[in-house]
Amino acid sequence: MELPVISNTAAAAESGGCASSGCGTAPDALSHLPDHIRAKVQDHPCYSEEAHHYFARMHVAVAPACNIQCNYCNRKYDCSNESRPGVVSELLTPDQAIKKVLAVAAEIPQMTVLGIAGPGDPLANPGRTFETFEQLSARAPDIKLCVSTNGLTLPQYVDEIAKHNIDHVTITINCVDPEVGAKIYPWIFWENKRIFGIEGARILIEQQQKGLQMLTDRGILVKVNSVLIPGVNDEHLKEVSKIVKAKGAFLHNVMPLIAEAEHGTYYGIMEQPEPTPEMLQDLQDACAGDMAMMRHCRQCRADAVGLLGEDRGDEFTLDKIDVMEVDYEAAMVRRKVVHDEILEKLDAQRGVVKPKATGIPEGSRPVLMAVAGKNGVVAEHFGHAKEFLIYEASPEGVRFISHRKTELYCGGMDACGDGDMVDAGATESLLDRNIRVLEGCEVVLCSKVGYEPWAKLEAAGIAPNGEHAMEPIEEAVMAVYKEIAATGKLLPQADTLKVA
Amino acid sequence: MALQITESCVNCWACVDVCPNDAIYEDKPHFLIDDAKCTECLGDHADAQCAAICPIEMAIVNELGEFLNPPGSLTGIPIEKLKQFGLWKDAA
Repeated sequence: MELPVISNTAAAAESGGCASSGCGTAPDALSHLPDHIRAKVQDHPCYSEEAHHYFARMHVAVAPACNIQCNYCNRKYDCSNESRPGVVSELLTPDQAIKKVLAVAAEIPQMTVLGIAGPGDPLANPGRTFETFEQLSARAPDIKLCVSTNGLTLPQYVDEIAKHNIDHVTITINCVDPEVGAKIYPWIFWENKRIFGIEGARILIEQQQKGLQMLTDRGILVKVNSVLIPGVNDEHLKEVSKIVKAKGAFLHNVMPLIAEAEHGTYYGIMEQPEPTPEMLQDLQDACAGDMAMMRHCRQCRADAVGLLGEDRGDEFTLDKIDVMEVDYEAAMVRRKVVHDEILEKLDAQRGVVKPKATGIPEGSRPVLMAVAGKNGVVAEHFGHAKEFLIYEASPEGVRFISHRKTELYCGGMDACGDGDMVDAGATESLLDRNIRVLEGCEVVLCSKVGYEPWAKLEAAGIAPNGEHAMEPIEEAVMAVYKEIAATGKLLPQADTLKVA
Repeated sequence: MALQITESCVNCWACVDVCPNDAIYEDKPHFLIDDAKCTECLGDHADAQCAAICPIEMAIVNELGEFLNPPGSLTGIPIEKLKQFGLWKDAA
């Protein structure tokens, strides 16, 4: 079966328009998808920007082995203070994984999606990965199954993926040019040999593209993840986006490189720069003309549990689930009730047109605002926010741009145990760091702001705003935008000082 | 004649799955190679499979204690950087 190419549909023109100038009426990136695909993904927290506020996902770490090396990855994966792909606290056997999934599903009925994402490559661990899927599809039919892969062995497992009723696959594709690939992948393990450099990258790319085509031919949904690596594949990702779209991928998720020396990765140690939030946004916007882009990814751990942006893994460690008694038949009944309630709520929301900036003069410039939000409302104290949601307000309306984390992944050297590594950035206070994270934003909306951050925010040119606590985010952002517009500051002539 | 796993091992299971002799077993603090079963893959493969897939430098050694994947050989990180970060060793 061939999936329709997203921008060849009637919605294409709309999609291009939304991406370039902001779109007040699109519920999120998925609105451009054909109906039959949207129906499959709109309740999936990792694909749908609205669903991720309500539905939760979990990953089980049953796949430790990997068959390639990426320069952003280090196979030491037991640091509990880090949140990034490839990191886990506890490896599980398939039996332990089933026990954990059933325990979590009974305890957190919002959990609808189970993914196997590592910490290695799931398809480099076919026995452990497919045994987990097989048991789960038999015992918990109300859970959606997903798998992510680097793609190297994907072609040989496409039939097995289809057999286990896994209808979402994520492939990480960072390049389509082996010369670019050689700067990202030092080696692969292929046909009983370690193959270095351009030849290794060439094989990997060939397998990824073949696997992608085979999946979409079978009607299995494919999302493509790409890591944005400045100076290595930044411009190149625009081509990647075009090619994967042409092969039928339904969503492209461009994520920023995480490269810190204390993680011990090649890029971290070689001081490869991470992209700034602006670079990421520009690239996502550039690719968005070609296909649906995903902007709410939280780059979670390979054993994450809960809503995106939170991790309740500590509540479900092996010793804790060992003593839990789960009656899954009963749990499924409770889960159904909760799911129906959420779907009803989402449906109601989908019928609501997002606030349009009526009355704001054409030509007013857009404004970026950071929101300390939770569950769709302005909810958090400035100092307690673990991440800020970035929204853009313009005369066309309000659109979600990205999230920015405030605490970056690792508690530092004491927590990691690598005492002899350099702790970059330790001299910067958390407050200064958080303010730096908000660069480019002109307003920060939160439930409360303390005196010290208030002064520092103002000094940084970011207006703190605590007047919209508990209001729906988009209404609050639009209200603030209208206030700014009323001062005349958004029109070009009033902006000359700033431009000069 | 047999290979050995050192304390650098991170227990990622990759070698277990590719060993043609089922010579590798789980142990604490890390996996071990049964030297009665290990053939260094002679007769099966051109390269010892555990060493060909292992992602960790210095984790597999031969009987002389030599690293099959010496520091810098898999990541391409220059030796001076490895020394600076305390990631460099001469031999097991």
